[in-house]
Amino acid sequence: MRLRTILAALAVLAGAIAASAQEKVLVVATFSILGDFVKNVGGDRVALEVLVGPNGDAHVYSPSPSDAKKLAAAKVVFTNGLRLEGWIDRLVKAAGSRAAVVTATKGIAPIEAAERSGHKAEHGPDPHAWQSVANAKIYVTNVRDGLIAVDPAGRATYEKNARDYLAQLDALEAEVKAEVARIEPERRRIITSHDAFGYFRAAYGVQFIAPQGVSTDAEASAKDVAAIIRQIRRQRIPAVFLENISDPRLLQRIADETGARIGGTLYSDALSDEKGPAASYIDMMRHNVKELKAALTS
Amino acid sequence: MLYDALIAPFAEFEFMRRALVGVFALALGGAPVGVFLMLRRMSLTGDAMAHAILPGAALGFLVAGLDLFAMTLGGIVAGVTVAVGAGFIARATQLKEDASLAAFYLVSLALGVTIVSLKGSNVDLLHILFGTVLALDNATLYLLSGIATVTLLVLAVSWRPLVLECVDPLFLRSVSRAGAPVHFAFLTLMVINLVGGFHALGTLLAVGLMMLPAATARFWATDITRMIAIAIGAAILSGIVGLLVSYHAGVPAGPAIILTAGAVYAVSVVLGPVGGLRRRLVPGRHLEA
Repeated sequence: MRLRTILAALAVLAGAIAASAQEKVLVVATFSILGDFVKNVGGDRVALEVLVGPNGDAHVYSPSPSDAKKLAAAKVVFTNGLRLEGWIDRLVKAAGSRAAVVTATKGIAPIEAAERSGHKAEHGPDPHAWQSVANAKIYVTNVRDGLIAVDPAGRATYEKNARDYLAQLDALEAEVKAEVARIEPERRRIITSHDAFGYFRAAYGVQFIAPQGVSTDAEASAKDVAAIIRQIRRQRIPAVFLENISDPRLLQRIADETGARIGGTLYSDALSDEKGPAASYIDMMRHNVKELKAALTS
Repeated sequence: MLYDALIAPFAEFEFMRRALVGVFALALGGAPVGVFLMLRRMSLTGDAMAHAILPGAALGFLVAGLDLFAMTLGGIVAGVTVAVGAGFIARATQLKEDASLAAFYLVSLALGVTIVSLKGSNVDLLHILFGTVLALDNATLYLLSGIATVTLLVLAVSWRPLVLECVDPLFLRSVSRAGAPVHFAFLTLMVINLVGGFHALGTLLAVGLMMLPAATARFWATDITRMIAIAIGAAILSGIVGLLVSYHAGVPAGPAIILTAGAVYAVSVVLGPVGGLRRRLVPGRHLEA
């Protein structure tokens, strides 16, 4: 008798757990930074899958069958748009997904991608819109509206979460601006091979200059090194963030010869993993500004 | 014009001047050692030893990162161990020295690659395999010039027995017991020069600046002193031209230097007055009274 009661109780409990799991809205975000926005707005009500995880590159991603499975089950898919994920439309179709596709950059004024020297010339909008916190707030409102559209019952939760997170982003933006303001205006420029900071430059006035004629080969030629040194001298650039010259000895030589400082790692396209310095969007922006300030303040 | 092409790169950039000094030091130390290796028919030994150095340098790298002292010490210890070990087995067993050296360096190379991949990525391995002649700091330059100095001093002191062992080892054994210690000192010189070269050019290319100028010199002189002078000159020339090619054409510096040395060698093969192709195919007129 008692056994039966316990079993019945267990059955009810299991049913309840299953029910609550089912209630979660299955959501897919295409890359880690967007995933962070969705996590903050959706909270416990959503089960989030991110296609391109931490430290992954959404530009050159190749989807796997398990990604298609995630998409097939999802109720809503958040994408960045602005041609960041050229593969997503085909993937959604191929997966036979009936998910609503929400473009998180809707309403953001895109800026032209900077022309890259030496690279394949890529024209069109710069997709890295999240590098400005003001844009991040637009992402968040789009995510909020997208979630409400597929899960109206959670409206109150989503609105509250979004409100809280937007307040954090407001504080972050004020912080970024204040930190950049502490760098002398004529020192606000670095050489970096990243081409993902167009929105950051537009919003906060730090110049990101592409190195000229640098190859990413295993060994740099004397020509490459001379070109970088000349450019640093001519444009009086106070700091260099060059991750594609992977030899620390060579970077040190460039720094010694020009007086420029060597900067650390800037995160642009993806978050770091849990233990890294950029585990969330807010951490990422803080980290980047901290690195910039450390390299640029005299 | 000529100034822009030849002098300006060195006048404008410190890293070019440092690379130049580094190449000079490598030439002064390595080229004479290369000549002796060639005369003793040990030309390929240098290559084997360059590979043997890898695990020692890799261990140093594993312990201390790209640290000059640790990698130098590791390289020297590994190189000397292999040289002595191979020599011992050749004398204690029936195996010949080339075979035992081959066995040692192959194991050593595999060990080195394993050690490097234990910690670093492939990029790190590339740093060891391809050095950076463009990023020589003060400590590395001191090391390179120190090695060159020691090499020249040791060669000066042990000149006679060294030359004798090249031309007539049996005679040397009959008149002196200096043969074994001199041989050992010479192997050590080879190892430290390769270790120095590997900081500047990497393990794969270090041996190039040692052997190519030596082989070049063989076509221009019969006298060993003159041969060494020519080898040093050829190595310095290759260094300067290689750096300039890297500067103007955008080729990686290390390979550019070795390729230039290779070009000088090729020219010598054809035009060299001592047994060069031209001499063989188009003999000069006989002297007539």
